[in-house]
Amino acid sequence: MKFVIKKLITLIITLLLISFLSFTAFSVIPGDAALSRLGKDATEEQLEALRDKLGLDDPLPERYGNWLSGAVRGDFGESYRYEGITVSSLLADRLPVTVLLAVTSLIMILIISIPLGILSARFSGKWIDTVTNQLTQIIMAVPPFFLGMILTYVFGLVLHFFQPGKFVLPTENLRESVRYLLYPALAVALPKIAMVIKFLRNSVISEMKQDYVRTAFSKGNTDNAVLYVHVLKNALIPVITFLAMVAAEILAGSIVVEQVFSVPGLGRLLISSITSRDYPVVQAIVLYVTAVVVIMNFVVDILYQVLDPRVKTV
Amino acid sequence: MKKRNYNLIIGLAVTGFFLLFAVVGQFWTPYGATAMNSLAVNMAPCAAHPMGTDNFGRDILSRVMNGSGSTFFVAVCTVLIGAVCGTIVGAVTGYFGGWFDNVIMRFNDILLSFPSILLALIFVSLMEPGRYNIILALGILFIPSFARIVRSEVIRCRELDFVKSARIMGAGSLRIIFAHILPNARVSMLTAAAIGFNNAVLAEASMSYLGLGIQPPEPSLGRMLSEAQSYLFNAPWYAIFPGITIILIILGFSMVSEGLRALQD
Repeated sequence: MKFVIKKLITLIITLLLISFLSFTAFSVIPGDAALSRLGKDATEEQLEALRDKLGLDDPLPERYGNWLSGAVRGDFGESYRYEGITVSSLLADRLPVTVLLAVTSLIMILIISIPLGILSARFSGKWIDTVTNQLTQIIMAVPPFFLGMILTYVFGLVLHFFQPGKFVLPTENLRESVRYLLYPALAVALPKIAMVIKFLRNSVISEMKQDYVRTAFSKGNTDNAVLYVHVLKNALIPVITFLAMVAAEILAGSIVVEQVFSVPGLGRLLISSITSRDYPVVQAIVLYVTAVVVIMNFVVDILYQVLDPRVKTV
Repeated sequence: MKKRNYNLIIGLAVTGFFLLFAVVGQFWTPYGATAMNSLAVNMAPCAAHPMGTDNFGRDILSRVMNGSGSTFFVAVCTVLIGAVCGTIVGAVTGYFGGWFDNVIMRFNDILLSFPSILLALIFVSLMEPGRYNIILALGILFIPSFARIVRSEVIRCRELDFVKSARIMGAGSLRIIFAHILPNARVSMLTAAAIGFNNAVLAEASMSYLGLGIQPPEPSLGRMLSEAQSYLFNAPWYAIFPGITIILIILGFSMVSEGLRALQD
């Protein structure tokens, strides 16, 4: 319990630190937010009024406090780019799409990589292991966006399995949406599948060298019994921690891949907001994504402790 | 019988080939890298244009040669920044320990848990996109991973006998760190550098693909791919050649790092 509380305190401090950094970073950049919104023709009075409305003249700590209390309630103010539209409503449209994409690719990763990783370790040194090894190394070298382009070419343009550029929102038709998302999800998932296979294989192989495995063998267990009954339970524990990292990578990968498949998710919103300098939106997305990553790491730390009592409380 | 380290040999050969390819591309290309030719638009690969031409009639081979130069330049600079700063941070924190080490490493762990592309995006959105800002952003982002590797090596060596005897002989801390401990960490540092190259190439390509990396008219492989996307059906070679070049460069570095790791065991 002490461990959980300690981790929880670290989590809160980290979240505060991140919110502070992402707020100040976007507040100290040169340029006047009011001027960039109203354009050069604005009169001094108009600028002054807008600065007042946005609270730009308040001292930094006060602005941070206001922003944070809004952010906690899901209120990030208005977008600079779209007049009168709140940041949260922009995010609300995109968030389900990205979540669906991330979940689809996570499921793909789990379904494909765990059996292959075990198989590869079970037959380590045999041809099946060699082939998987070479394949994973090559796949890891392919940038996700190029993978997306290959998938678009093969499945979209040549085989006509889907129509590139056409997207159905999950709120309209969930099945159609998932059907379209399968390809971007695969583009995000493939490099991570390769990573997880490699990691799981090494984890199983190093676990096989433990003393308890020898004991299990000497009691007359077969290869399969040792692997599935004894080793796997332990070998999967480090994989769980690794999966937290993979989940963060999925989010990062989807930023790029959404661009390839024109999926209207958070990633595309982030890129277009960066190019148009719509800082409230950028700030909000950054805060969201980083918070998800940090909280995921927290959950995995706790899970790890529960699953593996050998881990000492540090 | 000693097994030959094929990963290292092939990896070095591939990397060396593309390095040469890129260096030559800085001084000589078959056509000008930005020279347009309205008579040769979207031409399929042929004898005059081995990789074909793009939508402006620019020779893709010339652009790939020139663009891989930028790729290597960005990768080398970022790894240099990451390795030099990371080594200093890792060596100092690992050798002296204490609260300073605690604070820096906590911060390090937070940075490491984030995907580097996201941090690079934030960085670039604060500054202007462009070649040098990409280098700065990625370089800073690579500091934590180097720092962690160097730190663990320094901690491993700190209490070994040869360090103790150096200390007894009156060597100062700096001399112990740089002349005695770090040379022992060179293989892990090289491995880390190879992985760093790998990530830098990937990150630069992604950033340029998103339009936030190297800016046109300077050719860059990632940028070429994003332009090629509209012509995927009519001119697939426009995407294929830059894409394969990126893959092979990354594969080369990753094979070198695998080979170095095998050397370590």
